[in-house]
Amino acid sequence: MRILVLVKRVPATGGRITLTDDGRAIDTRFLGFVVSPHEECAVEEAVRLIEANGGESVVMTLGPAEAADQLRDALAIGVDRAVLLETDGSDWDPLATATALTEAVRRLEDADGPFDLILVGNESADSGGFQVGIRLAVALDRPVVTGIKALEIRDGMATARRQVSGGFDIYELPLPAVVGVREGINLPRYPSVPGRLRAKKKEVETSTPDRPGNGGPVLDSLKLPVEQEAQAEILGSGPEAAPRVVEVMREIGVL
Amino acid sequence: MSAILVFVEMVDGVPDRLSAEALGFAGGVAKALGADLDAVIVGGDATAAAGLGGYGVGTVRLATSDRLSSYAPAAWGAAVAGVVAAGSYDAVIASASDTATEVLAHLAARTGQPMAANVTSAEPVAAGAWRITRQRWAGSLLEDATLDGQPRLLTVAPHVVPAMEPAAGAGPATVDRVDAAVTDSDLRARIVGRDVTAGDRVSLADAKVVVGGGRGMGSAEAFAMLDELAGVLGAAVGVSRVATSLGWRPHTQQIGQTGTRIAPDLYIACGISGAIQHIVGAKSAKRILVINTDPEAPIFKRATYAVVGDVHAVVPAITAEVRRVKGAG
Repeated sequence: MRILVLVKRVPATGGRITLTDDGRAIDTRFLGFVVSPHEECAVEEAVRLIEANGGESVVMTLGPAEAADQLRDALAIGVDRAVLLETDGSDWDPLATATALTEAVRRLEDADGPFDLILVGNESADSGGFQVGIRLAVALDRPVVTGIKALEIRDGMATARRQVSGGFDIYELPLPAVVGVREGINLPRYPSVPGRLRAKKKEVETSTPDRPGNGGPVLDSLKLPVEQEAQAEILGSGPEAAPRVVEVMREIGVL
Repeated sequence: MSAILVFVEMVDGVPDRLSAEALGFAGGVAKALGADLDAVIVGGDATAAAGLGGYGVGTVRLATSDRLSSYAPAAWGAAVAGVVAAGSYDAVIASASDTATEVLAHLAARTGQPMAANVTSAEPVAAGAWRITRQRWAGSLLEDATLDGQPRLLTVAPHVVPAMEPAAGAGPATVDRVDAAVTDSDLRARIVGRDVTAGDRVSLADAKVVVGGGRGMGSAEAFAMLDELAGVLGAAVGVSRVATSLGWRPHTQQIGQTGTRIAPDLYIACGISGAIQHIVGAKSAKRILVINTDPEAPIFKRATYAVVGDVHAVVPAITAEVRRVKGAG
């Protein structure tokens, strides 16, 4: 089988987020970059499916030249090929992103045959548009389901589970299909040293897509939410605090 | 006359919590524009739909088809697209639930319109682009943006507006049945069943009390004391990302940007330092009780109440005290 997995390079924001002076971007001078968490799991899922079924996996991203680092991370854990749609690093809206990805998928499929499965993250960690996978699927006329935390492929069908209150809803969709996955679908492996060395030597197939017109929403500026820093009421220290804790629970009506 | 269309998901005959929030948000937008407020429901019964009159809805478009017996994302998108095409709407507003987001994205993809997810505020105007604010990084960062479209499409970020309560004495909404045009192609991806065996006893997203544990718990075994405290409180157990990536707990229990967003009356955070991606999942909690040995941990800045101490000693003491009080009561 052939699987394509789409990823996005995002800053690793562990602690506080700082903005650039013009307030239009995150100040990334002191930050590392990673693949969005949901997509890290999508990459792992692609590698596992190819290990189990045989075939070829391809990872693709739309982003700056430096996003080749994130593609190599995917190659290091076992993805076969990497494709970079290189931009100048500016923000592309979801419609423009989906349009460029759709064209690239068609080009890859014309050259090497159709993908049985396209895996995407449910939403990117940074802009969180929640739509690129669905726009891609609709443009390619393929079935799609998002929010998936378990996936099985058998006899040309995908069975996918989405967490809901009290359990999981089970979806079925015929291949070829697009599936938006969530963190939790698997526990991604760490790349091995030989894996990293192998990834370093591999070619990243690079092209420069034309940027479609801006569909929106059009970013104006970023701001940090107003933090309501609370002054906590100290109920005590150690196990001796228990009676006071329970008294508070009664006061606020949860007990 | 302009109009706003709000997509509503019904549970047991009433809008679910996020839909009730979206109804409040959409009502505000409609009022600012002097516009009608319509709702669209896919499937379901007309009597319950008429009850949306209490939420300020004038007309409910009830999109039905005998092919819509179970949820199919593209088919629901098609059903809503049919309602949109037959009307003249300034905007379509939905909650940010998985289903509503998915349906709105299908509508956006079908019609080639832009869509803004997780909007926290909007300045509606009759013609032209709306200035909106939306969440990035699950709300750790906000984006001011402009959104245009015919109609404009947006989802409402969870828990930024209160869930609307139905007004007593309001008349019923007019219910307009619409035949949803659903093709075979729209039904390719669909629900075929539900697995309830893997579910937790108390739903994390809806729980009134959540007991959470993080790295400070120290081991998978130590979570047993959180299960016990949750048991006596009728609470749900939640965990930080560290606890799932170390394999201590299943991901279904993760609170945070990549897990569940909780909104309980009380969140008891045990041995959790408070990384941003965790905090954004817990910020809708009404009150947070932090139990942690390190008074410098960032989570203390979000705490309503704090106990400084070792969770391994404090948690069992609280459980015992709850049992004692309940036994006495």
